[in-house]
Formats: sequence, structure tokens, C-alpha cells
Amino acid sequence: MRSFRQFKYVTMFAAATAAFSVSAQAETLRLLTWGGYAPQDVVEQFEKETGIEVKVTLSNNEDMISKLRATRGAGFDLAQPSQDRIVSAQADFDIYKPMDLSKIETAKIIPSMLEATKKNTEFDGEVYGVPHVWGTSGLIVNRKTAATVKDYTDLCDDSLSGSVSYRLKRPTLIGFAFAMGEDPFAAYGDMEKYQAILDKVEEKLIDCKSNVKAYWSGGDALLNLMRSGEVSAAMAWDAGGWKLNAESPDITFVAPESGALGWIDTFVLPRKTKAEDAAYQWINFVMQPDVAARITESAGNFTASKGSDDFVNDTLKAQFKESFPQADLDNINWYPPVPAGLEEMEGKVLDRVKAAN
Amino acid sequence: MSAEPGSLKRTQYRLGFWLLLAPIVLWLSLLIILPHIDMVLVSLRERVASRQYEFSFSNYTEFFTEPLYWNTFVRTAVMSIVATALTLIIAFPVSFYIAKVLSGKPKMALFILCLIPFWVSELVRTYGWMILLRETGLVSGALQWLGLVDQPVEMLYNDVAIMVGLIYTSMLFMVVPLVTTLDSLDKSLIEAGYDLGGSSWHVMKSIVIPHAMPGIMSGCIVVFMLTLGNYLTPTLLGGKDSLWFTEQIYTQFITRFNWEQGAAFGILLLVLSSLIVWLGLKITKQSFTRVMS
Repeated sequence: MRSFRQFKYVTMFAAATAAFSVSAQAETLRLLTWGGYAPQDVVEQFEKETGIEVKVTLSNNEDMISKLRATRGAGFDLAQPSQDRIVSAQADFDIYKPMDLSKIETAKIIPSMLEATKKNTEFDGEVYGVPHVWGTSGLIVNRKTAATVKDYTDLCDDSLSGSVSYRLKRPTLIGFAFAMGEDPFAAYGDMEKYQAILDKVEEKLIDCKSNVKAYWSGGDALLNLMRSGEVSAAMAWDAGGWKLNAESPDITFVAPESGALGWIDTFVLPRKTKAEDAAYQWINFVMQPDVAARITESAGNFTASKGSDDFVNDTLKAQFKESFPQADLDNINWYPPVPAGLEEMEGKVLDRVKAAN
Repeated sequence: MSAEPGSLKRTQYRLGFWLLLAPIVLWLSLLIILPHIDMVLVSLRERVASRQYEFSFSNYTEFFTEPLYWNTFVRTAVMSIVATALTLIIAFPVSFYIAKVLSGKPKMALFILCLIPFWVSELVRTYGWMILLRETGLVSGALQWLGLVDQPVEMLYNDVAIMVGLIYTSMLFMVVPLVTTLDSLDKSLIEAGYDLGGSSWHVMKSIVIPHAMPGIMSGCIVVFMLTLGNYLTPTLLGGKDSLWFTEQIYTQFITRFNWEQGAAFGILLLVLSSLIVWLGLKITKQSFTRVMS
């Protein structure tokens, strides 16, 4: 009997701790985001103002979808995938929850961006995403050693043998397709036409393989390759180029002739979010112009917050203007939502490129 | 009356047996068997449309019909076998020296020296190799300083770099079983071999190696399995041509969201690697129970 009573106490104690930890968790916001999107000082200020603890997990597009798919949308309260990857993930895996736009101070967001994101993240009549950070991917070029590089296909020039780097991911396929005079976005709805474009790109990328030093996967690894001079031209994000530019003026971001690829990272609610209110609070908090400017400085990319440009330092603005004259800005190819099934086709192409000699 | 304490003792004994067995049974069933059953089930589905799956073997036929996957697997297996053989060739003299030539403190010291690199994680060790071998790295710099080459040399991102990394990573797992079995070999047997007029090669071939065979095989199995299942080393050191089968599985699961294909690859890796180990045991005429004891 005695041991039974002890057992009962232990159970009660365990239950009490469990209940306590649940109530404590309600005051935590588990944020699944990109590096630089939740800088420490912003997190601290938010914690001080609201009393909500923020737990940041760094991730990327594929990793976010995989993590949420594994738990069927649990484990995080707010995620930040790119706007073009939301609808297909929702259609296939049902991992997100519709946004209640009435809880968001939409007046703080640049209207054109809000509208574009609303349109691109609509699934079954519900809106899933609001815009946060936007930027482009294009070319990072060392002007001393690779001044000839003006477009993606220039990376395959013989003079750059062994000193080029890009990712083996879908942006590379899209970028090369544009540089080869195709319009992959227009072919999104037509599988056959898209496959034809992919075949062309595959051939080009296999030809180009001898030029590649390494296919990069993490942003920091690429920056190191550029810094050490081992790589003189790469396909990468604008923010990385500007970061390197601040260290050595020879290296900078160049918008390719066929157009930089524009992305918008959003806020979405995972289906089993446990802190929905905290999530909305965070969104409204980071959309304040001065807070958004601090995120711009840490991430290197501009945000969808209206008026935050005024708070951003002059170096970043100058770099932005140098890389993006008005014509290049108008030339940006914005990613439309990816239809389901397309990524499987792209995956096979990427596998074959990787395996080719 | 006399029967009662005995039966009580027996039930107690039986209870103790099951209690002691419980952790391993739970561990095996919850963490190994159940996930694998689930993997098999997942691998037998095919996505036909959004949120709709059907029973199908297509993920397995895909492996055999798409030369890319098949080639990657063969390449991984061949490189793992070569890495295992090279590890054995390097580790055997080292282990023999530690077990039979040295004694006392130097023996301990050398054994610990083999162990020390494993105090840091595999990731750190691999990055160490990257710092050494890269174009702006130490080896390239030293060669230039010595005047042997006139421009930076790239030693990273090729199969040799992968091989070096793999052998370095698995050395310990070969040395430990070898030292253990060689330790148990009585030195007088070796002396007797020499006394009877055997050459060094003869003594090695007919006394030392047969005695060490179980250790050799268990070391080889562990090293082969670790190499085949290694993800970090081939990916980081191999660069653009790495092509390792575990990388394929990772890609299917994480970047392609194709769990079905990834699960099929996982099961195939398990089956095929078990087959290779079984073949290895058959060829060397060793039994699994003897090797593992």
C-alpha cells in the first residue's frame, strides 16, 4: 500500500509539473525563421515589452516544410517560408493555418506587397501569409577577377574554370533558364514545356560543371569561399554580396541582365500553433518602421514595413542603389507560387547534374 | 511448506529477468523495430495527387530503373569497401605494435593517442581536414613555401579527400577490436613459430592472422557500416562530386519532400549493406556470433 501511495504522489507531482510547463509554454513564442530575421536586440525588446519569451530556430525553406510536415504542423508558433512555397506545401501536407488579417495592423505594411502576398498565398479562399522581408538572388562578383560576369550563363565562361560556385537548388535552374532566354514562370502551368526548359538547363549545367569549385549549401560557406578568393563569381543572395562589399570593395552584388530573382519571405501560422496571439503580437511588433530597420541591418534585406527605409543606415541604401538602378529594379522576376509536382521534376534534374562528370 | 519459498524465489527470479530485459526490449522495439516497420509502410506508398497516396512498388522500381540511384549506391559500396580495406592495412601494424611489441606505460600512451582525436566531434575533425586541404589551406601554403609548386593547389573536393577523411574517422573502430584480439594471443605461440623455423611472413600468416580473424572481421563490419552510413565526411570533403547514398536519402527526405522515395532508399541501404556483410563473412568463413563475441 505504501508504495502505491508513493506512486500516487509521484504521479500527482508529475501531472502538476506537466500542467505548469503547459501554462509556462503559453508565454513562449517559438519562431521558425531565417538567420538575421530575429536579431537579439529586437527579441530582447519584445520580451521586455510583452513578457513573452521568444525561442528562435534558424532554418531555410525546405527545412521549414520538412520540420512542420514531420509534426503535422506542430512544434512552432510562427514560421517564415517564402511566399511561393506556401500553397503547394499546404495543398500536399496541410501544415498551415489561415491568417486572420484583422489581427494584423495592415496599415504598417507596404500595400502592393501585402496584396501580392495575399494573392500568392491564397488556398481554398483563405489567405495564409503576410509579407515580411524581401530581397533578390543574383550574382556576387569579384570585379577584379571576374568582371566579365553579367548574367548567370557567364558563370560558364572558360576563363572562370574552377572558380565559380552556385547552389544545386531550384533558384539556379530558374536563373539559368531566364539567362538562356526562356521564361520558366510562364511555363509553370505547362508540365511538358517546363520539362523542355529543364532539359535545356540540365545540359547547360552539366557542361558548366568543370567551372564549379563547389556547390554551396550554407550562406556562410559561400562568403568564406568568396573572401578567400577561391571563388570569384557565384550565384547568391543580394545581402551576402553587400556584406562582402562592406569588407572588400572589389566584391559586390550584381543584378543579372536577365533579371534578378525576387523573393518575399512571409509570416505563416503552423496548423498547431500554441501561441497565436503572441504570433500576431510579434508580427505587429516587427512591422514598426524602427524595428523593421534594425532587422534590415541584421539581415541585409529590406522589409515590407512602410517607412522603415528612413531608419536604415546610408551604406546599405547606397549599396542597394548601386546594385539596383531603376531599370534593374523593374527587371526583377518575382517568383509566382510553385504548382505541386514541379519540384519533383526539378529534383531529378538536380540529381542528374550532381551525378554527371 | 518447503515448496513455497522455492517457487517464490523462482517467480522473483523470473520477474528480475524480465525487468532486466525490459530496457533493451523497449529500446529495440520502440526505437529500432517500430520506426523500420513504419519506414517500410511509407516506402510502399506512391503520391498520386495532393494528400492522396496509393499502394505501389514504384519507389523500389525507381531505384533499379534510374541508373543514377543505382550507380550512387554501387559507388558508395565500393568506396566503403576500399576505405575498410585501407583502414585495416593501416591499423593492423599499429595494433600489432601496441598489443605485442609494447608493454606497460608506452602501450597505454600509444593506445590513448589513438583515442584522443575522437574526443572532438566528427564535424570538427572534418573541418580540420578542410582547413588543411583547401586551396588557401596549410598544405597548399607549405608546398608553395617550399617551392615545390608555384601556385595554390586544390586538394579538397575529390575522392581522395573523401577517402582520407573516411579512414581517419574510422581508424579507432578498427584499432580497438584488433588490439583486444591480438592481446589475447600468447606470445609463446609466436616464439614457437620462430623456433620451428618459420619466417616472419609465415608466422604472421599461419599464427597471428588466423588468431586475429574475429577481431579483423568485427573491425571491418563496424568500419564498413560506419563508412556506408556516413553523411558528413563525404558531403563536406567531396564537394561537387561527392555523391554518397546517405546524401541521396537526406535529399529525398528534406529537400524533395519525397519521404516515400527516401524511405525506400533507406530500406534498400539496410538490406544491401546487410547482404554485403553476410557475403564478407561467407567469403572469410567466419560466423557472425563468433565475430561479435
